[in-house]
Amino acid sequence: MKSNLGFGFTFGAIGLVIAIFLAIAMIAGFERPPVQTAQGGYRGTGIDEIYNPRTLARLHAANVVPASLPQLPASGPKAGAVYKNVKVLGDLSVGEFTRLMASITTWVAPTQGCAYCHNTANMADDGLYTKVVARRMIQMTQHVNADWKQHVAATGVTCFTCHRGNPVPSQTWFSAQDQTHGALQADPGKNLVAPAAGDSSLPGDPFTPFLKDAANIRVQATTALPQGDAATIKNADWTYALMMHMSSALGVNCTYFHNTRSFGDWSQSTPQRVTAWYGIRMVRDLNADYLGPLTATFPQARRGPGGDVAKVNCATCHQGVYKPLFGVGMAAGFPELQAPSGGH
Amino acid sequence: MAMLSFEQKYRVRGGTLIGGDLFDFWVGPFYVGFFGVTTIFCSVLGTALIVYGAVLQGEANIWRISIAPPDISYGLAFAPLKAGGLWQLITMCAIGAFVSWALRQAEIARKLGMGMHIPFAYSFAVFAYITLVVIRPVLMGAWGFGFPYGILSHLDWVSNTGYQYLHFHYNPAHMLAVSFFFTTALAVGLHGSLVLSALNPRAGETVKTAEHENSYFRDAVGYSIGTLGIHRLGLFLALSAAFWSAICIVISGPFWTGGWPQWWDWWLNLPIWH
Repeated sequence: MKSNLGFGFTFGAIGLVIAIFLAIAMIAGFERPPVQTAQGGYRGTGIDEIYNPRTLARLHAANVVPASLPQLPASGPKAGAVYKNVKVLGDLSVGEFTRLMASITTWVAPTQGCAYCHNTANMADDGLYTKVVARRMIQMTQHVNADWKQHVAATGVTCFTCHRGNPVPSQTWFSAQDQTHGALQADPGKNLVAPAAGDSSLPGDPFTPFLKDAANIRVQATTALPQGDAATIKNADWTYALMMHMSSALGVNCTYFHNTRSFGDWSQSTPQRVTAWYGIRMVRDLNADYLGPLTATFPQARRGPGGDVAKVNCATCHQGVYKPLFGVGMAAGFPELQAPSGGH
Repeated sequence: MAMLSFEQKYRVRGGTLIGGDLFDFWVGPFYVGFFGVTTIFCSVLGTALIVYGAVLQGEANIWRISIAPPDISYGLAFAPLKAGGLWQLITMCAIGAFVSWALRQAEIARKLGMGMHIPFAYSFAVFAYITLVVIRPVLMGAWGFGFPYGILSHLDWVSNTGYQYLHFHYNPAHMLAVSFFFTTALAVGLHGSLVLSALNPRAGETVKTAEHENSYFRDAVGYSIGTLGIHRLGLFLALSAAFWSAICIVISGPFWTGGWPQWWDWWLNLPIWH
């Protein structure tokens, strides 16, 4: 009897310690008022954005646009005539060309310098893969600014929008690999913590079907009763995982785009949903036409576990902010990035 | 209204919280009291304001009538009548009516020398309402975070407000509240069926008592909570459901601005496996 009691006390004490420990861990996870809010719909509809101003301050500090070098005149000899092997920016004046090169160094390889892409003994040499990639990325930037105005508007993008001083943008993705273990269970692609899907247990790679391939993002029934609706629960899982990604990538909640009483109804959605619709098409276009074809150019170490190239999603540019860099337009100061130029 | 012979015995003076003998009388079967008067006043005024709001809205379809709170830009200030002020007045009327009702319950309990269990229990529902339309809006800095008064519109608000936190089922307090609601239903189901099985037997069987009820549960699961205990348990379960409902909404926004799935990062980050 006595020993039983001691056993109970020991168990109780251990339980209490664990409970206190878990309670502290839980409570430490919460935030506190005041909060910062923005109303997005008619009053009382609950279409609002809710922010922690302290998190927002950190985001603002992390999204500061670097000072641009002063613009130089377009007059004078052309870069294509002065330098060798200038395939894309040949129409620029030497001044404009040099300014862009110096800017790219600060945006993409600030610590590595020119030698990250160039053979400094022969700047025209295409021997380094980084130079070949950089050339294609300049074309991609021009393409985005010229042909995807429905998404980037007049703000546009520069190399900095994604790179932020990193040679490889910090937020890219690779296709998930099949995690099947043994013969008993196939990999469902979900039920693990999915950072891509807001740390939920939804599928961990919604990008391959929706942002590399062009699967339809269309699971909501259009009829009150299930009449020939082909969407499955799995379709819904993948779709919601992508939506969770868009939410985390932009630091917004579902009501930024949707009136959740009817997710699919465009007439009840916010104007931002149209911008996002174009954004999804833009990302597919960039992955298919710009990054995919560079797969063989990248060394194995830069590729994913399945040998695929690093690809873009919403977070690559947005990085947790509803407009990349809080909508500060850098691109206007770089007219050479506004439209396709030169030969191919 | 007819009155049974013994009822008069329970209609005793006193026990009022306010007003002394002023409203200490019955109208038909209903005890009036000071708080009966304030209940009627607040509910009639509030209902009239809702009807006025429906007229302003130009809406006769009862499903679509909606009295919306002010824009968030008004913060915690008064808004013009047609821009959410009506919602503010109706909210005051509703709180006045609900609190009056609780106090009237207390007065009746005092007259009868009963415990305060009924007003205590009812207060949890009132607390949940006040949490939604006062406590949370104040913590978030704007009356605009209250829910609109409309049959369909309040459902739309619930949907959008839930999706502000991406996936509301990951809200830990929501989990508790839902579990308590289900458990309350389970307990009421078990209790109701047990009592009827003992007290309402088929023709020819004798009526059984609590000993049969206790024996049944001891045979089935080895333990019976007892006749008083089941009601304590039932009250605890039901009040917990209402309490955690209030908590689950008051933490959404004031104490958590992200998606509820991400809140669980504390679990992922426990040093045991992190």
